[in-house]
Amino acid sequence: MTVIPRCPQRQPKAAVAAGPRRVAKAIAAALVLALPLSACGSASNTGAPTEAAAGRITVERAWSRETAPGQDAGGAFLTIVNPGSAPDRLIGGTAPIADDVQIHMVDMTGGVMRMRQLTEGLEIPAGGTVTLKPGGYHIMLMDLQQPLDRGEAVPLTLEFENAGRVEVNLAVQPIGAAGPEEAHHD
Amino acid sequence: MTDPAPASRLKALRTILWLLVLLAAGAGLYALLNRSEEPPEAAAYADAVGGSFALTAPDGSVVTDQTLAGRPFALFFGFTRCPDVCPTTLARLAQLRKRMGADSDKFEIVFVSIDPESDTPEDIGRYVALFDTPIIGLTGTREQVDAIVGAYHAFYEKVPTEGGGYTVDHTASVFLMDREGRLQSIIDHHESAETSLEKLERLVSA
Repeated sequence: MTVIPRCPQRQPKAAVAAGPRRVAKAIAAALVLALPLSACGSASNTGAPTEAAAGRITVERAWSRETAPGQDAGGAFLTIVNPGSAPDRLIGGTAPIADDVQIHMVDMTGGVMRMRQLTEGLEIPAGGTVTLKPGGYHIMLMDLQQPLDRGEAVPLTLEFENAGRVEVNLAVQPIGAAGPEEAHHD
Repeated sequence: MTDPAPASRLKALRTILWLLVLLAAGAGLYALLNRSEEPPEAAAYADAVGGSFALTAPDGSVVTDQTLAGRPFALFFGFTRCPDVCPTTLARLAQLRKRMGADSDKFEIVFVSIDPESDTPEDIGRYVALFDTPIIGLTGTREQVDAIVGAYHAFYEKVPTEGGGYTVDHTASVFLMDREGRLQSIIDHHESAETSLEKLERLVSA
C-alpha cells in the first residue's frame, strides 16, 4: 500500500514578520513538517501518465495473478493516479469474469492475515497516487466464472465516485508474480 | 529583519535546541513502537508446537506426521480463495528453495487449507501445481484441519463478507519443522528473503 499525499506547494510562511521567536517557531514547524513529508521529493510522479494534465483519474499497471481451476476468487492490483484538485473515491467495479468485485485491505498484524472489505471504498487523495499491491489493498474478483490464465488480458471496470467508470485490462501474471512484470526479484 | 538582542537570540537558540531534543525523542519512540515483531524464540515453543496429524493429499492418499518423519518441512496454512498473502508466501518459499541449490530438495513445502469446505483435495492439487516447485497440498475434514491448527497453536476464523461470501483470517507465518517434527523456527511475513533463506538453510543442515 502506498499512499502518496499531495506535496505542499508552499512551505509554511516562515519569517514574514520575523521576530526571533517567530523564526524559532517557523524553524520548529518546518522541522516537524519535514518528517512526514520527507517522502514527497523522491516519490512524486512515479510513472505519472502524460494525460495527467487533463485532471482525470487514470489507472496504470493493472495486473492479476493466474488462478487454478476450482479457485473461485482472484486478486487484482493496480495504481490509481488522481491528478485533479479534488479527492475521489474508488467505490467498486464490475468484471465479466466475476460475479462480484470488491475492494479489500490486508492486515498482517501479529502474524495473522486478515482480509477486510472496504465497504466505504478507497479514497484517492487530490493530486495523489494509490497503489493496490500484495500485502496492502487489492481488488477482489469474487466467484470467478473461469480461471484467470497466465498471459491473458482480463477486462475490469472500476467505479469512482466522481470520475465514474474507468476501464482497465488486467495483465494476468504467474501466480508467484509480485508486480505487473513477470520477473520477480526478492 | 530587525536585529534581535543577544539575550533573546540565545533564548531562541535554546528553544530550537529543545525542540530538536523533543523531535529526536519522538522519532526514537516512533521507531520503538513501529519496529517489526521479532519471531518467537524457537526453544520455548519447540516441544509445544507440532505433533501428529492426518490429512488428505490431492491424489486421495493420507499424509500424516509420520509420512514426513525424517524430512524437515516448511508448513503454511492458507486457502485457495486468498489472492494476496497465500500466493505471495508460497511463491516466496518456492523462490527461496531455488536459491538453495543442492539443498533445495532437502525439505518439503507443506500447504494446509484451513477452508476444507471449499478446497477439495483436487482443488489444492491444481492450486499448488501453479508454483513450479513440489508442494505437498493438504486438506481434510473440518475436524482433521482443526486438529492440526490446534497442534500448531495456529489460528483461523471464517469472516462473512457482503453479498454472502466469506474470507478466512488465518495465521500467515511459516512453521519450520525439523526432521523430528519439532518446531525449529518461524518465518514471519515481514522478514526479508535473506533472513528467511538463512532460516531454511539452518533447517536443512540441522
